[in-house]
Amino acid sequence: MRRVVFYFQVHQPFRLRRFSFFDIGAGAERFDDAENARIVRRVAEKCYLAMNKLLLEAIERHGEQFRCAFSISGTALDQFERWSPETLKSFQALAATGCVEFLGETASHSLASLVSMDEFDRQVISHAERIEKLFGRRPTTFRNTELVISNPIARRAEELGFDVILGEGADPLLGWRSPHRVYRPEGCEKIKLLLRSYRYSDDIAFRFSNKEWPEYPLSPERFAGWLAALGPREKFVGLFMDYETFGEHQWESTGIFRFMRELPAACLATGKLAFATPAQVGRELDPVARLDIPRPISWADAERDLTAWLGNQMQKAAHEALYQLLPDAWRLARAGVVEPYLEWRKLSTSDHVYYMCTKFFSDGDVHKYFSPYATPHDAFISFMNVHDDLARRIRAALGTLDEEQIAASAS
Amino acid sequence: MLGWEFPPHITGGLATACLGLCEGLHAQGVEVCFVVPRARGDEDQRFARVIGANQIWLRRELVAAASANEIARGASSASAALAVSTSDRSSSTAPSAAAPAAPAQAQGLPADHSHAPSLAPVAQGLSFVDREAGDEPLSAYFTPEQYQRWLARLARLELRESPERPEFDAPAIECAALSHAVESSPSHASPSHASPSHASPSHASPAQASPAQASHAQASPAQASHAHASHESHNASVAESPAQTPPAPLPSAPALAPTRVVSERLEFRGDYGADLFGEVERYARCVAELVERERFDLVHAHDWMTFPAGELAAQRLSVPLVAHVHASEYDRSGEHPDERIRRIEQRGVDVASRVVCVSHYTAGIVRTRYHAADEKLRVVHNAVTRTEQRERLRTTKSVPEPIVLFLGRVTFQKGPEYFLEAARRVVDVEPRVKFVMVGAGDMLPKMVERAARMGLARHVHFTGFLKGPDVERIYSMADVYVMPSVSEPFGISPLEALALDTPVIVSRQSGVSEVLSNALKVDFWDVDEIANKIVALLRYPALRDHVRAAGGDEVRAMSWLDRGRRLREVYGELLG
Repeated sequence: MRRVVFYFQVHQPFRLRRFSFFDIGAGAERFDDAENARIVRRVAEKCYLAMNKLLLEAIERHGEQFRCAFSISGTALDQFERWSPETLKSFQALAATGCVEFLGETASHSLASLVSMDEFDRQVISHAERIEKLFGRRPTTFRNTELVISNPIARRAEELGFDVILGEGADPLLGWRSPHRVYRPEGCEKIKLLLRSYRYSDDIAFRFSNKEWPEYPLSPERFAGWLAALGPREKFVGLFMDYETFGEHQWESTGIFRFMRELPAACLATGKLAFATPAQVGRELDPVARLDIPRPISWADAERDLTAWLGNQMQKAAHEALYQLLPDAWRLARAGVVEPYLEWRKLSTSDHVYYMCTKFFSDGDVHKYFSPYATPHDAFISFMNVHDDLARRIRAALGTLDEEQIAASAS
Repeated sequence: MLGWEFPPHITGGLATACLGLCEGLHAQGVEVCFVVPRARGDEDQRFARVIGANQIWLRRELVAAASANEIARGASSASAALAVSTSDRSSSTAPSAAAPAAPAQAQGLPADHSHAPSLAPVAQGLSFVDREAGDEPLSAYFTPEQYQRWLARLARLELRESPERPEFDAPAIECAALSHAVESSPSHASPSHASPSHASPSHASPAQASPAQASHAQASPAQASHAHASHESHNASVAESPAQTPPAPLPSAPALAPTRVVSERLEFRGDYGADLFGEVERYARCVAELVERERFDLVHAHDWMTFPAGELAAQRLSVPLVAHVHASEYDRSGEHPDERIRRIEQRGVDVASRVVCVSHYTAGIVRTRYHAADEKLRVVHNAVTRTEQRERLRTTKSVPEPIVLFLGRVTFQKGPEYFLEAARRVVDVEPRVKFVMVGAGDMLPKMVERAARMGLARHVHFTGFLKGPDVERIYSMADVYVMPSVSEPFGISPLEALALDTPVIVSRQSGVSEVLSNALKVDFWDVDEIANKIVALLRYPALRDHVRAAGGDEVRAMSWLDRGRRLREVYGELLG
């Protein structure tokens, strides 16, 4: 029986206001919460609530035969709590069925794994605790921001107690090997690596509504038929995608909801497919080989590298400047002044550097679609001005700590 | 191709763009003949044959009777110049023969010159310039009716084929003291015509033409074209240059018309000076004459100055007209366009088969202001020539302070006051920054005063007009270049700044912002945001370096060859 593994990524960043140098030090609001609230409510209506309902019905119809997984970033959870509590409730309803797995990730959807393992640990642990509190089970599967993975990142996830880690089934990584088998990253002892099958994932996430695509319109039966027809050595198919695919990237009018509604039955009807969560696959299958991932890969763009976030000078400079603030922000947090650190975390969300991407000519369209800024340069300027503002507040707060607090924070 | 400027004689971006387009078309195998008003001989001829309207021989036909009369009187006056045509119409006039007479012709003529024969320029009827006495060009206005009549005339130049009666109701024409006198009926007598010509009743007006003349007017299309255009005579130099042989007289002239043909050439300043409208008219005449002798597959006219010539030429050749808008009257004058220019632009847009704009921004203006249909509109962006893509001069800055630069004409269109407003805001947080305003223009005195009033005297420096190496030097000294233009059809200077490694902030109300992904962009009125971006560029080296490097790459990738290819496609749409 081949396992169909759906994992949906749920994420919303805290977008910044257009923050000019006039605002620096003036106590001005940094985040555009009106816009953030508007967006999360809109996406909740068009996507989260609609799809959650659809999936809940699938589980009611097929019982434990239908399963899937979610990874919800901490910033998205924050926004649900503030602006869309019914969305959070509907995810909890899914959790209550026992058929849905919730994954671990970095709390603020950050790139900490590339810079500071200490911060990475903090974000992963706090997020795991929060997931357990909200959904009743501590995550055992880890997915890093934007599916960024490397040998050391997988190793760290293993040390943090995860059994399974997800990654991108990138061609340069796999070579001739199949993305539909379980691997173990180099340097790891027990963690299992499940890869995204980009071909079948992108059939749904990108090509589904493309009328130029020869397979358009794609029916659930045909898609199920493809998965069922794979060779006997293909053990599972990782269908990993943004949850916003449904209703946001692919509008309801494309028929995406009907497709997803009918897909479970179509898969089960083949008699060769079963749905499973990543944790289940990890329990049932053993790695067939080690996979060496010396450089970080991601699920983004054609390159599957980090250039969407850290490709140009502005992105690198902004990222570097942000992490230079981290030690002081954390010292303050340990001394009881948590506000700067919490704000730092919001700024560490990878979207902020993604908006600065200038890869206009190859993947620019996708980036543009998701950016609240007119240009990448505008994104950089606002971010750096906010950074400057935060740096000043951190310096000022450090100046007010007394000896005892400093001693405490240093330990 | 018709254009008012060609390198090396440059007053703005137009010349550069024309050369660039010629280069691009040349690479596409398109043979371009480029007509400027005044060729000076040193034009860049690598990619196009450049000729001046001042080099084109115009034919005039002399009415035999009048001529005979004139000759009988003795060619003692300067009108002798007109007699240089041999009496044999089939033979070509030897230019050298005319030379001695030319100076007299160019100078004032004696009073009895009013008895000169009725001269009928081949491209008659172009006396469309409505210049009242004392009027400054660009401030006088056609009435709509006058304009329509003028256009109708332009369209009716098949004179040899379709003789017409003279028109008497044409707008009064510009006519200097040496007019040939038959140009205006009493009702249209221009006060400026303080010419002795009026003293001559026999030539006072075509309306009063003698029966003999009238019959000639019937018989000869050239004659039919009465004498309105003769006012150019003071600008005419007759056959003084051996550089180009005057054309053979037209064989098509009716045999029964006892006329003789003389050749002359007109003079042009070729700038945008006092007689611009007059030059626009004369230019059209010359171009009309050129296309009588040479065959072209397409006529491409750059900006309104050449639109009348373009329409005329395209019509005579029965080929498509491409009107190219480098700047519209609405860019130059905002909500207060010169009505005559506006009408010429409107007409150009209406009659052209394609209207090429230098940017989508300009195409938008042409669409809304001139109601151009989208099927007609095409955008071909400007580019930069290789010579403009020089390496940054390693100029050592003479001052340690950061320098923010404005460079351009200090006029409404370029938005200098927004630069000052932004400067005020920047100086509040970065008092060390120096602002430099380079350029001259009608708003300069006001800007100097305003800067002082705003307390910016110590921070803003005015250099006046700079050229050549000084421009390059100031570009490379600057840390930020700002172009806050209110309306900029293209705007090539940010490309020059980037080529010299200076990061740029450009107005979104510009064409150049369409082709630069890596310039910082602002709305010209958003002075807070201009200030914000200036400060960001000064404070964040990564931003500065990125804009410099990535923007510089974009500039280096721009090529007139691509633009030529695009333009060739537009031609292809018309020529099949």
